[in-house]
Amino acid sequence: MRNFSLSRRSLFGASAGAAAMTLAACGTSGPGGSGGSGGSGGGNSASIWQLSGQPNEGIYKDSVDAFNELDKGTLDITFFQNDAYKQKIRTAIGAGEAPTVIYGWGGGGLRTYAEEKQVDDLTSWLEENSDFKKGFVDSVWDAATVDDKIYALPIGATQPIIMFSNEKVLDKIGAEAPKTWDDLMDVVEKANSGGAAPISLAGQSRWTSMMWLEYLLDRIGGPEVFANIAAGKKDAWLDDAVVEMGNKVKELLKAKAFADGFESMSADSNTDQALLWSDKAALMLHGGWTYGGMKTSGGDFVSGGHLGYGPFPTIEGGKGKLENLVGNPCNYVSLSSAASKDEKTVAKSYFLDGMMTDDVAAAFVKSGSAPVIQGQEDALAKSDDADYLQWVYTSIQDAPVFTQSWDQALQPTDAENLLVNTEQLFLGKLEPEQFAENMNSGKGA
Amino acid sequence: MTSPSAVRQDVRVGADASQTRARRQSAPRARRGTEPHREPVHVSHVLFALPALLFFGVFALLPLVGVLVLSFTSWNGIGAIHFTGLTSWTEALSRSTTWHGLALVVLMIVATWLLQTPLSILLGTFLAGQQRYRNVLAILYFLPLLLSSAAIAITFKSLLDPNFGLASGLNLPFLKQNWLGDSVLVWIVLLVIIAWQFIPFHTLIYQGAVRQIPRSMFEAAEIDGAGRVRQFFSITLPQLKYTLITSSTLMVVGALTYFDIIFVLTQGGPGSSTRILPLDMYLTGFRGNEMGVASALAVILVVLGLGLALGVQRLGGTDASASQMEGA
Repeated sequence: MRNFSLSRRSLFGASAGAAAMTLAACGTSGPGGSGGSGGSGGGNSASIWQLSGQPNEGIYKDSVDAFNELDKGTLDITFFQNDAYKQKIRTAIGAGEAPTVIYGWGGGGLRTYAEEKQVDDLTSWLEENSDFKKGFVDSVWDAATVDDKIYALPIGATQPIIMFSNEKVLDKIGAEAPKTWDDLMDVVEKANSGGAAPISLAGQSRWTSMMWLEYLLDRIGGPEVFANIAAGKKDAWLDDAVVEMGNKVKELLKAKAFADGFESMSADSNTDQALLWSDKAALMLHGGWTYGGMKTSGGDFVSGGHLGYGPFPTIEGGKGKLENLVGNPCNYVSLSSAASKDEKTVAKSYFLDGMMTDDVAAAFVKSGSAPVIQGQEDALAKSDDADYLQWVYTSIQDAPVFTQSWDQALQPTDAENLLVNTEQLFLGKLEPEQFAENMNSGKGA
Repeated sequence: MTSPSAVRQDVRVGADASQTRARRQSAPRARRGTEPHREPVHVSHVLFALPALLFFGVFALLPLVGVLVLSFTSWNGIGAIHFTGLTSWTEALSRSTTWHGLALVVLMIVATWLLQTPLSILLGTFLAGQQRYRNVLAILYFLPLLLSSAAIAITFKSLLDPNFGLASGLNLPFLKQNWLGDSVLVWIVLLVIIAWQFIPFHTLIYQGAVRQIPRSMFEAAEIDGAGRVRQFFSITLPQLKYTLITSSTLMVVGALTYFDIIFVLTQGGPGSSTRILPLDMYLTGFRGNEMGVASALAVILVVLGLGLALGVQRLGGTDASASQMEGA
């Protein structure tokens, strides 16, 4: 019986990356083999799904390969495209076909899994392995905690949202990276008259526009406004700051702040990054993960020092501090409750001895991101991207508040509503008041 | 008169069962003026049909029943399913996106038909000629038929990129439009891409149909002094009537369920400009995690699809006096 369920699961899990595109849910058994036939090691196997896309895909692949060499069981890893994964994992969990290790973003999504008892409570396991727990930076545990219990472990690197700029373009138009809202509008005006796009934004992806809202709301009303929203307080969306945030978006749209045709651009193809590194745009608000992408694709853009980075500007009269951050504290992995005991054993060995080892941390640093592990200062200082990485690392440590990305922090249904309304707002089809109203009543567009 | 039955097989490719039946019954009836011949049902007939029936039952009817049941529940995709009576239905019917999606589906059906049918008939008639160069052209025209929708959509998305697409590749500034970000332009783009993908298929159907029209009819018309255009409107077009119904059925039902191209190209955007009902159903179910509401939408789509298919069949099927073989 065990063999049957095992092989079915790994068969499912091993469906190739190509399947991710079509969301097809069948495939062939991967090289990991299935069901008790024994891999390279202890005879048991478990499965994990991960997101495709370099450099992280390579790092995770290597970490799993290294773990499989340890003779503590075999872990099968399968990669999926980001957007496809989010829907596939949920369907798989609902159908009882989830992989042993469930990769995610913590927050509201994790809460649903925990409330439906689909993922294991790891609190006591972490107490038993307190050294392991202490190895991570403190800020990561909030988004992994549901009602005082920890359901997920941190994995990967901290990804705050950063205001990137193209120094060459800024020089050409005679502007500087913005520190305040007025600076920002100044850059917009100078870029438009100087023949460059002021801000690169992949509007079709919606969460890209949402990053603007996240910072605008923080800078206008302070982090408490969204904290109230995330906590589900009544009429939290009707805060005046939400409407003011919408007005700022209107102001940006009116000034033609976003690149022509931004509504057509999608972040999946990284054209928003390309717009910045190809000297066509002056600014781009984006996640720290794009640094690695721009470094790989942008020629000498990053290595030549043309990429600028800094915090989101403050807004006069607003409550949010310049140091407040928004973004993904990191990614998370949870243990599927539906997995067998043997699978869970293998997965837990992987958590301890494979997931975030020194080698993995070093690989993250090399790729240009700051892993969520304590004591990285030396490694960061020695890296090729020392300036940037140290800046990110200290920004995180100095940040009074690190607000989790809204679409991760909210329950999935609310998050989808948010994205629908965000897009409408950025298309100029929704007035700020209506946006607040829609969000408060849980209404899609 | 040449025997049309062999050629007619071509036309049946892709036609659904009821279409085939309508053709088999009405055409000979009108020609011979006799009642259609009914064969007695043998056990072997049932046995032959069994695999197909089983397949249809397990993979079409069973999920359909499942969706119907789910439409009376609230379910977030994981966890427990709660029966909530008509809640999902009232929600589905009271949302403005549902009616918006429905209106867009109607727009899609009408525009698709108006764009694709005339072009397919003309191309099909043109390619029905036996000239060698037309065969070469036929191969070129049918190429899009071989490509998967997802691949087509991804390719066009890159080509239409305002900054790095065709416009900058060919250095043609007028191609730099907000193709997928303008609520009117995006529809033109979608209709053209969908037409590009599906016209070859319908052309193929019409090509087969035109080839089965007896040559003697054209020869007779020619003797009577009818020109090319007159022949087309007086012989070719009337003779294509049943093919038109087949093709239209496929087109209408197909347009009702377009998903892949739109999903990849626009995700329903900008805003909800291209959020047609099937896409709305998917996004509601798998992004919004409201499986109950999504199931209700799915039931609406099924009913709509069946109704439309039957309606189109009726449109041409019941008129027994209209013979396709008149004068043959």
